[in-house]
Amino acid sequence: MSAPAPPAPRPTPVRVDERAFSHRLARLDMRVSPYLFVAPFFLLFILVGLFPMAYTAVVSLHEWHLIGGQGEFVGLQNFADVLGQPRFLTAVRNTFSIFLLSSVPQIVAAIAIAAVLDQNIRAKTFWRMGVLLPYVVAPVAVSLIFSKIFADQSGLVNALLEAVGVSPVRWHADPLASHVAIATMVNFRWTGYNTLIFLAAMQAVPRDLYEAAIVDGASRLRTFFSVTVPMLRPTIIFVIIVSTIGGLQIFDEPRLFDQNGQGGADRQWMTLTMYLYELGWGPQKSFGRASAVAWLLFLIIVVVGLVNFVLTRRIATSGSAAGGRPHRRRAR
Amino acid sequence: MRTSTRPRLAVAAGTAAVALVAAGCSSSSTAASDESGDGEVTLTVATFNEFGYEELFDQYMEENPNVTIVHRKAATSNEARDNLTTRLAAGSGLADIEAVEVDWLPELMQYSDQFVDLSDPELEGRWLDWKAAQATTPDGQLIGYGTDIGPEAICYRSDLFEAAGLPTDRAEVADLLGTSWEDYFAAGEQFSAQSEVPWFDSAQAIYQGMINQVENAYEESDGTPIPLADNTEVQDLYEQVLAAGVDDGLSARLAQWSEDWTNAFQNDGFATMLCPAWMLGVIEGNAAGVEGWDVANTFPNGGGNWGGSFLTVPTQSENPEAAQALAAWLTAPEQQLVAFQSKGTFPSQVEALDSEELAGLSNAFFNDAPTGEIFADRAAAVEVAPFKGPNYFAIHQIVSDAITRVEVSQTDDAASSWTKAEQAYDELGLS
Repeated sequence: MSAPAPPAPRPTPVRVDERAFSHRLARLDMRVSPYLFVAPFFLLFILVGLFPMAYTAVVSLHEWHLIGGQGEFVGLQNFADVLGQPRFLTAVRNTFSIFLLSSVPQIVAAIAIAAVLDQNIRAKTFWRMGVLLPYVVAPVAVSLIFSKIFADQSGLVNALLEAVGVSPVRWHADPLASHVAIATMVNFRWTGYNTLIFLAAMQAVPRDLYEAAIVDGASRLRTFFSVTVPMLRPTIIFVIIVSTIGGLQIFDEPRLFDQNGQGGADRQWMTLTMYLYELGWGPQKSFGRASAVAWLLFLIIVVVGLVNFVLTRRIATSGSAAGGRPHRRRAR
Repeated sequence: MRTSTRPRLAVAAGTAAVALVAAGCSSSSTAASDESGDGEVTLTVATFNEFGYEELFDQYMEENPNVTIVHRKAATSNEARDNLTTRLAAGSGLADIEAVEVDWLPELMQYSDQFVDLSDPELEGRWLDWKAAQATTPDGQLIGYGTDIGPEAICYRSDLFEAAGLPTDRAEVADLLGTSWEDYFAAGEQFSAQSEVPWFDSAQAIYQGMINQVENAYEESDGTPIPLADNTEVQDLYEQVLAAGVDDGLSARLAQWSEDWTNAFQNDGFATMLCPAWMLGVIEGNAAGVEGWDVANTFPNGGGNWGGSFLTVPTQSENPEAAQALAAWLTAPEQQLVAFQSKGTFPSQVEALDSEELAGLSNAFFNDAPTGEIFADRAAAVEVAPFKGPNYFAIHQIVSDAITRVEVSQTDDAASSWTKAEQAYDELGLS
């Protein structure tokens, strides 16, 4: 980091002291300043990340009312209460269902769209900005638009279905149908964003790899699966981890899916974060139980994140071992 | 020399950054204080939706030059409620006057020591008895001054009535609809024999009207919750409303405020609905261009009230006396009549209800119905002030959900949905 000390000609004894001091400062600089530079982030993180997490853990061990505040210490009672409520399992089911219905198609579509945008097409910038447009729309606005599209009796989708003779889908009654509708909103918003991330990664793939593939006589499809996808591995892992975190915390879209925001009369589309909100701010006003759900959600995300990480590494590694590596070796 | 300045700079920059963060944390604690010498007071008033107070604030400031009023207006009542509960819990940040909805009161009553006792012998008898009772704690503390109310009548489509061979005149319709829920449902049977159109919009809304006439719906008067499994009164109403709405097909099976419900106004979705005074504006907005809406001066089983607000003064206020004076002035009959004319909030003050101005009021959209007179009558007909304790809305939500499951989402029948409701009640962990 620090520049080597300039060669000083024959120092007098006094200057030796000075030099020793400045030398020590320089070493201090090397050792300490990097930490100082990153310190603001970690201080902020401790303040708004770590501290709330620890505090949530404390709250989850107490009776804690929204207005009334701290009550008795109850140990793990809140966790037991929450795990004993069938609604917790409903919320877990809904969360995972919506997460899978949104993340999987989203990532597949994003890679496909990015591959198309990576080709030599006209008006590149226009198309690239175009896919990002839905991301600019606020989630609340998205929900408003889609609530008109997915209304049970007067909605656009059902009108189209009826026009082609299919019986209308009960979007606000059937759990799976409601999950599909909500996942559609999520996909609408996030596919373009992920597309751009994949596109950026694709453009970083060395072009000589493609040239080598062409020389080897690989088809376009083969090139895509054997060169592009393996080279995207770190990006795919990143996107999957990020969408796992976001997907399991989904709140806006399901909450705005109907006028009550509770996830339906039978909690058909109540996600974990909505359940948390209902416990803390709803009729029970129990921050203790809400905090217990927050911690359970955190643990679930960590576990799912790790599983995803391991899985993607495996899949991508085997993919690259099969196709990507040999090309690379030949290319270099 | 270059090498020796760099570390110092770096260290300085590092510490500066740290100091900046620290400063950022501490500076917010010195919020602007409203108090200054010579009797100058600044009062903040927090409202939501439309209270119709804008002109009144100007008038008050003109009459009281030492008072400056700052208006904080939340777009929705939910937003205002979140704000209120959060700052109440935090112990600071509330306005000098906080508007609250009647539905929040049971919960706020538990923290009545956070609110100034507004009771004042001079103001006794200003409001309808049941309105004042809503904001009075068991030990006699008045935590809010009443602003508006939502007395309920029945709105109907005279054109659809005519097509079904029923009377269309307001007074005759009132006779037809009768005085009990049975009469109202019987009139519905008569109507549906001649028409394809459902009789009312939502069984859940009808249930809302019914439960507001029960004195101790979900809790005893001392606040003890009545276990849902033993609550035969509620279960009877639940079965009655589902039998009429679902089994006899009187309901349009719409969830109120949903997209489908809003659109149903435009395509003859239903023939009648319970309408509190404030619902007239909603109907007029949703049914724009539809002719035939009218209001009948009747309500099954006596009167009913849905909604209404109060002005409270939190003890956090630095000028509680000045705030109380302003709240008292705003909720005086004269001022509420001004607010009513501005935004249609129906006054809760006895004197305002008897006034000429109110009596002379009619509504062109509802076939020139004398709405002022009708709703003043409806307000006078309210006899029961239902007890709403801290768990009222939690339990009410459970029963409402149970009705919606059968009526709208059709995921359950009446019996299985009731079982789920009992289970949800157990989850509340009240007993």
